[in-house]
Amino acid sequence: MEHLEFDYDGTGEKPARALALAGVVGSGNLEVLIEAADLGGRCAAVVDTSVRGFGETWRQVLADFFARHGLSDVRVSINDGGATPAVVSLRLDQAAAEIKDAQA
Amino acid sequence: MRVARHSFYEATARKRIDGLLDAGSFREFCGPAARIVSPHLPALGMPVAFDDGVVVGEGTIDGRPVLVAAQEGGFMGGAVGEVHGAKITGLLERALDVKPDAAILLLDTGGVRLHEANAGLVAMGEIQRAALSARHAGVPVIVAIGGKNGCYGGMSIVARSCDWIVASEEGRLSISGPEVIETVEGIEEFDAQDRALVWRTMGAKHRRLIGEIDALVADDVEAFRTAILGFVGRPRPLDLDALEAEHEMLSRRLERFWDCADGRDVWARLGVNDPASVPALDAAGFNGLVDALSGGRP
Repeated sequence: MEHLEFDYDGTGEKPARALALAGVVGSGNLEVLIEAADLGGRCAAVVDTSVRGFGETWRQVLADFFARHGLSDVRVSINDGGATPAVVSLRLDQAAAEIKDAQA
Repeated sequence: MRVARHSFYEATARKRIDGLLDAGSFREFCGPAARIVSPHLPALGMPVAFDDGVVVGEGTIDGRPVLVAAQEGGFMGGAVGEVHGAKITGLLERALDVKPDAAILLLDTGGVRLHEANAGLVAMGEIQRAALSARHAGVPVIVAIGGKNGCYGGMSIVARSCDWIVASEEGRLSISGPEVIETVEGIEEFDAQDRALVWRTMGAKHRRLIGEIDALVADDVEAFRTAILGFVGRPRPLDLDALEAEHEMLSRRLERFWDCADGRDVWARLGVNDPASVPALDAAGFNGLVDALSGGRP
């Protein structure tokens, strides 16, 4: 296991909902918990992954995610079972779509 | 074959609860934000899940208050670890306090999470005791089986300790899984790769025909909801007479079917005219057959 923590500039609105969960922890899959958090406008990410040595890839995938979605004051927590970057981005997008949706 | 519009089999635990309960009525206990995770998996270098693979809470079904637990079959095969088990036990113990119209368990599991060994085994005993306590208090405990993992191991014993079982054809119910039987008894005794054999032995249709399951439904969340609703507020008797009747039924079954080598032989002896056609029947056709055989637990 490897534990990673990242911190990014916030670039948009606070989320509409308190939290959202996407995905299930399994081989090649992950769960993404995204929560509203008082971070002074910044965004944080915490990753626990079964595969060691991919910290730089995680940093880039998460930077791309926050840049695309324009979020602030959110914390992303991930339990990962060895998902590829494409699957990680998909789950992040699903979680973001849900936390932004006030109707959901 | 028709593809169900809202497949129970394909849905996650959370989607199953969403489809089962009245919209917006579900309130989760110990949800993912609480991060009550397995204390054992990190020591083994394995990832945890924020809900430890089971969703528990309360809500309403057609306006009636119920407690519900749903195992997430995608996380470690729905296997029961210490936290996972404690969440189900706590939910069933809550039934004693709030007296809901039913406690509903959506099971999708291989049984004990062997990584957590004794803690998982202890959890099984605790869940079974809590289920029987809820029943003793007059709260019906309803099981639904229709996920990828079926319902195996200790949880199959729990399921048969409950009031009612609803399953889709995709569901399976057995103590030992196919691979375990093949490993222990040899491939001549049981070929785990023979899926038709597996379903003839453990599948929901067979379990329905021999009286271990109370309703067989299509793989559709709405069909599960309708069938479960039919059992809400309907506890089965749990007393010495009921237990003795159950033992009597099991003894008669052993005498009646002991020499059958295949599920088809059992069905023929039950009066099914064309046993070979049973696996291909859809839920409606199959239930017509069950009705014709007079239904119920033999």
